[in-house]
Amino acid sequence: MKWSCCQLHRNSFGRLVFVDKNHQVYEGVVPVRAFPITAADQGIALVDHHGHELAWIECLHELPAEYRILIEEELASREFMPEIRHIDSVSGFTTPSTWRVRTNRGDTSFVLKGEEDIRHLSSITLLITDSHGLHFLIRDRSKLDRHSSKLLDHFF
Amino acid sequence: MSYTSSSPSHLLPDFPPYWRTQIEEQLTDDERVLAWLETDLNTQLYFLSGLIVVTNHRLLAKTVEDENWQVWYYQEGLKLTYQDQAGVGKLELSDTCARLAHWYNTLGKHNAVNHLIAHFTGQLDARSAQLTKATVKQFQEQPDLVRCPNCAASLSNEQETCSTCDRETSSPSTWTLFRLWRFAKPYKWHLFAGLILMLGSTAATLVPPYLTMPLMDNVLIPYQSGQPINIDLAVLYLSGLLGAALLAWILSWSRTYILARVSERIGADLRMTAYEHLLTLSQAYFGGKRTGDLMARIGSETDRINLFLSLHLLDFATDVLMISMTVVILVSIDPWLALVTLLPLPIIVWLIHLVRDRLRTGFEKVDRVWAEVNNVLADTLPGIRVVKAFAQERREIERFRAANQHNREINDRVNKIWALFTPTVTLLTEIGLLVVWSFGIWQIVQNQITVGVLTAFLAYISRFYLRLDSMSRIVSTTQKAAVGAKRIFDILDRTSNVPEPVKPVHLPTVKGRIELRNVGFRYETRRVAQNINLTIESGEMVGLVGHSGSGKSTLINLICRFYDVTEGAILIDGTDIRSLPVAEYRKHIGLVLQEPFLFFGTVAENIAYGKPDATRAEIIAAARAAYAHEFILRLPYGYDSLVGERGQALSGGERQRISIARAILINPRILILDEATSSVDTQTEQEIQEALGNLVTGRTTIAIAHRLSTLQEANRLVVLDRGKVVEVGNHTELMAHRGYYYHLYQSQLRNIDTEDRLAELDKTSDSKVDRV
Repeated sequence: MKWSCCQLHRNSFGRLVFVDKNHQVYEGVVPVRAFPITAADQGIALVDHHGHELAWIECLHELPAEYRILIEEELASREFMPEIRHIDSVSGFTTPSTWRVRTNRGDTSFVLKGEEDIRHLSSITLLITDSHGLHFLIRDRSKLDRHSSKLLDHFF
Repeated sequence: MSYTSSSPSHLLPDFPPYWRTQIEEQLTDDERVLAWLETDLNTQLYFLSGLIVVTNHRLLAKTVEDENWQVWYYQEGLKLTYQDQAGVGKLELSDTCARLAHWYNTLGKHNAVNHLIAHFTGQLDARSAQLTKATVKQFQEQPDLVRCPNCAASLSNEQETCSTCDRETSSPSTWTLFRLWRFAKPYKWHLFAGLILMLGSTAATLVPPYLTMPLMDNVLIPYQSGQPINIDLAVLYLSGLLGAALLAWILSWSRTYILARVSERIGADLRMTAYEHLLTLSQAYFGGKRTGDLMARIGSETDRINLFLSLHLLDFATDVLMISMTVVILVSIDPWLALVTLLPLPIIVWLIHLVRDRLRTGFEKVDRVWAEVNNVLADTLPGIRVVKAFAQERREIERFRAANQHNREINDRVNKIWALFTPTVTLLTEIGLLVVWSFGIWQIVQNQITVGVLTAFLAYISRFYLRLDSMSRIVSTTQKAAVGAKRIFDILDRTSNVPEPVKPVHLPTVKGRIELRNVGFRYETRRVAQNINLTIESGEMVGLVGHSGSGKSTLINLICRFYDVTEGAILIDGTDIRSLPVAEYRKHIGLVLQEPFLFFGTVAENIAYGKPDATRAEIIAAARAAYAHEFILRLPYGYDSLVGERGQALSGGERQRISIARAILINPRILILDEATSSVDTQTEQEIQEALGNLVTGRTTIAIAHRLSTLQEANRLVVLDRGKVVEVGNHTELMAHRGYYYHLYQSQLRNIDTEDRLAELDKTSDSKVDRV
């Protein structure tokens, strides 16, 4: 992808605007990561609001700095997968149960609908989906403190 | 409970208390709060509470961190929009030239958001022009609608809270086993009889040790000290022993028999109820659960509970009875010796308590791991063709090995605790006996008790401790059964997402007019359909067209009521389908799927699946109409031929025609064809098309087809894109319109051309082979 002939900026409505090499203007483009968990920085697609791919970015570093910052900002405002750092309490070991957790995005609580909503992404990484479909990530199970991993252990 | 209030106070009764004083300071005299939204994220997407309020004057917003309220007065061009992505909703306020503000929240408050936007727009409209007064009025009338206090979803009549909120907050109690009483209740008289028998039999077993006392003191000791043996007395005592043994035998036999029968029935009822309930659950539930896990719950968990009731619980009750009776007897003979004998009891109780928690979580883990092993099997075996085709047997074996090993490891860990437990109890028993011996000998030396009393005590407590040992085993079995019960009640407590109406409406005859009003559907966080308005007249054939993922199948799932709409309503002949009993409604629907599922059984049974009492003539007529008759006759046993689990012996087209015959037989008013012809070749498709022609006549038909050419008979085509209706019209109109459909058709035409050319190539190569 040659970025010299394309343009990217943010308009007053806070939306990203992409101009391709044929000077076609797309408003409200969205960056989408191809591997949000396993390889977040590799493979990012810019798609229009119909979901059609406009540009493919192999790696964020290959971009000019201003574009990279724009895309990173946009990704940050769209990506929401709080990482669980600590589990304060779990209302019960059978589902549905309410979890009180501390995450990298602050403290919150969520409802776990069933055991099957805890999925293994790898042997150490877990993805927990709450009753509203929000995803919580536990990046490394083994790094959780004793109290948290004890609580978590009940669900395996 | 009303969402907006007409009370003189500025605030609504269920306004969040935290914000109450803060907002009251802001409001002017004639200002009224119309709607509000508590946000739980700030703009950097950190969890932080905030509030947005719509009043009759303005919009106010603030987060916990902010010092002042942000305020916007209504003015022309203001717009409040909402969109969501990956579990986060974004509310944006903008005017004609820029975005003014934006807020984030997690998706729990979807309905509150709609409410907020509706009021905001209503207020704006009221200011911009008088002609829109109607809208404002509409929103002022809305309070009459019953709404859920938690999420503001509108409720149907009779419901107090909405099912979404109910499901989320109810947590199962720990005393799950007592909930089994619901299943024991029908057998309470049997249980009572069993209990009486149990009392009797336990008492009978306690007679022999008691008789050793006089036997020792009145017969043996006098003989040892030189007196002649008293034969009569000895015979009396011995026959007493025999009688007690026989009585205990009869009583405990009848007790065990009665109670085992009862528990077997309770187990069977439990299994039946669980399965019955499972089948009423909605499609969504099965989507999220794995087959292996469900099978384990219904199968082995009920069995475990059954075993617990018939064996372990029975033993335990007997033990408790025996111990309390023994205690009474011991104390009545000699209180001091009794006290010493009972010393180890609290220690054992404490030990049991100590191990209980560890064992329970351990056994829960064992269960989960076991379900995991089952899941691997259930995943692999149905997909065996794929596994073999890609030569991944090794990998699947490895996967199973991993699950199996995990299972072993977890069991090892549990066994470690368990293994230590039993020997410790035994050791305590031995020590207890030792204490009784020494204290007893000392008391005999002191002349406080006789040898007979000590013998009786020893006889009693050796039983007593033996029972304690087996009682300690109840800990594990109870825990296992409790876990099993919990897992079953997990199913039983689940309410269907597609609830039966409280006041069902019965439609004796159905014409088949379907109306979709503002239908929207959300699957978890993904919005898969929105604002769909569509009326399908009775007898009309409508084709649904669109790329995959455009919401065609969703729409059909909604019409079949496999899921319930999240917004709007679907009406049949003017009645909301949610007010009809689910099974009664589905009887009017004939469904032909892309992958026809044939149950294990004969061809005839499969055709008659929806109408088991169909006559042979009816079955044959249906098969003829579906153009299945002839090939069925070619099968070795005709209509009595067995077809396998997935109808392996039949071709795709043949299976499809059987499933069409199945749909013809029930004579439904509404027919749904979900890609009925897409898994077969063009030749077979033609045959199926003919079969379908018979089926479609005179019925309301909704068809999805990948190949647009198959939908040309449709009265209307509905073009869907990303969950919205984009075009409606017949083929010619849509082609003339040169819109979405036109492009779709053009791109397919090109593909079909190549397909046909490929087919021709195939034919020529075939004929070449023939010649050779």
